[in-house]
Amino acid sequence: MAANLTPYIEAEEKKGFWQAHRFGILRRLSQLFFLALFLTGPLFGLWIAKGTIASSMTLNVLPLTDPFVLVQSLATRHWPEGLALIGAGIVLVGYLLLGGRSYCAWVCPLNPVTDFAAFLRRKLGITTSAKLRAETRHYFAVGLVIMSALTGMVAWELVNPITALHRALVFGTFFGLLPALAIFLFDLFVAKHGWCGHLCPVGAAYGAIGKVALLRVSAPARAACDDCMDCFAVCPEPHVITPALRGGKTGASPVILSADCTLCGACIDTCPERVFAFTHRFDARALEPRALATTPLPTCERIAS
Amino acid sequence: MSAANTPEKPKNPQRRKALEEMARFSASAAAACVLVGGLGQQSKALPAQALRPPGALPEKDFLSACVRCGLCVRDCPYGTLKLADWSDGPALGTPFFHARNVPCEMCDTIPCVKACPTGALEHSLVDIAKAKMGVAVITSRETCLNLHGLRCDVCYRVCPVIDKAITLERTHNARTDKHAIFEPVVHPDYCTGCGKCEKSCVLTQAAIKVLPREMAALSQDAHYKRGWVEKDKAGGALVDAPVKLPTRGLDAPAAPAAPPSGLPNSNWRP
Ligand code: SF4
Ligand code: SF4
Ligand code: SF4
Ligand code: SF4
Repeated sequence: MAANLTPYIEAEEKKGFWQAHRFGILRRLSQLFFLALFLTGPLFGLWIAKGTIASSMTLNVLPLTDPFVLVQSLATRHWPEGLALIGAGIVLVGYLLLGGRSYCAWVCPLNPVTDFAAFLRRKLGITTSAKLRAETRHYFAVGLVIMSALTGMVAWELVNPITALHRALVFGTFFGLLPALAIFLFDLFVAKHGWCGHLCPVGAAYGAIGKVALLRVSAPARAACDDCMDCFAVCPEPHVITPALRGGKTGASPVILSADCTLCGACIDTCPERVFAFTHRFDARALEPRALATTPLPTCERIAS
Repeated sequence: MSAANTPEKPKNPQRRKALEEMARFSASAAAACVLVGGLGQQSKALPAQALRPPGALPEKDFLSACVRCGLCVRDCPYGTLKLADWSDGPALGTPFFHARNVPCEMCDTIPCVKACPTGALEHSLVDIAKAKMGVAVITSRETCLNLHGLRCDVCYRVCPVIDKAITLERTHNARTDKHAIFEPVVHPDYCTGCGKCEKSCVLTQAAIKVLPREMAALSQDAHYKRGWVEKDKAGGALVDAPVKLPTRGLDAPAAPAAPPSGLPNSNWRP
């Protein structure tokens, strides 16, 4: 399959600039928003969120804790104070509703970096990529929890490029920028979507939440797909699209149920035929080929599971 | 994964390849984990001059509890605490301070401890005077001004736990033979390790430094019994009566030694 290096062009022509970049723009705004919450304090003395994305306190009432960090801490057999537990609980419930890896696309500070690498890859026409396996991240995530148990310290936080970058931006710890830079170069020159798509254990952890999360992307108008492959070109996890988009013949759900989907909405943006949309997990509606009526599909085991 | 799981004949080359690939990728994940773990072992060593915030668990437990959120740093009103960068020494992202830069001001309300969501800083610490961040030690007796017989006294005067954590002990100044030396002496039971003394030492290089307690505030070996302590504990002498030991001929004044035979007795005595 020849790499498609010009997604979005057709979408812009057919739907206009906003419709073709809506979620991309909203995502950048969302990522900036979450960063700004932490930055107004140190920059202007207006404290909204304190701490870092590992654990934070917003407006002195809302504690939030990264569940993966907490799991590692628990693995070391430290029982944390209630605040960290409550914070992790809130985050867990939040992402159960909002999609698991939506963290990746909408919150993670490293995501703009890897997105930029993917963008440059397309612009520079870099098509070579080292072969990595997407499951590596799951092994890695589990391994890090085991490592925490063995070494008695929160292992991943020793190198975690995400929190290192966040700390660098929020606390000014300069060297925290270096791992992010390394990942940028890795994604650009070594492997396409190398980090987020194959290696990141944090994404894998949020993906575990995403296995049952409510918010999902669906391909209700998959009958209108004309195989331009733009969605596959922009999706950071292209394998998640296939079952939903090509499931028409077998009657499979059009909902992208794979936990790897980051709910970035790039497929929605780039699709000139408006095949994709945000919906919830149990919304198995698929539009008829002529896109006239909505017909609920017969009960589908995949949705129920 | 799926290829590896499909029930196929064992010797199938495709299945074999998939298995090989799986092994390769899980091995690289394992290698990465081991690397991270190794790095962890290395970061367990806290540099001697890096102090943890008040109430911090012992270093080993601290590293399993602290999630490196920086909430303690944010709530410290004096900007004492910092999150460790790679170049700083303590485990990446953990809070620490260097007393010589900004010491801990020993806030009554201990906001840093209250802010900690994980209990890496123990919430049971409510009296800051009970904090044990380290212990001050006169590390340079050769340069301390008070030990030269001068009255600098600065470390003593700035101590928030003055006269308990640090006292001035008067001794004779043997150099001038007529003055006194007021030696600053730190008492580990009361010193919190706040570092105010180290910060304030007037010398270019502080003569008093806060060190980790496990380095400088040690407890006596249990097997080494000090008689006077045991006596205090028992509330009296441990043996019934003083034992009268034979004095081996020293009861009576010794008779002058007879001069070696053959020499005249000059009667000279030293
Ligand atoms: S995969 Fe990891 S680095 Fe990428 S966006 Fe998700 S959490 Fe961030
Ligand atoms: S006691 Fe006060 S000065 Fe000392 S570290 Fe905590 S907040 Fe900062
Ligand atoms: S508040 Fe607690 S968990 Fe957070 S950095 Fe400070 S010591 Fe660590
Ligand atoms: S560190 Fe120095 S100033 Fe602080 S309590 Fe100990 S002796 Fe006093």
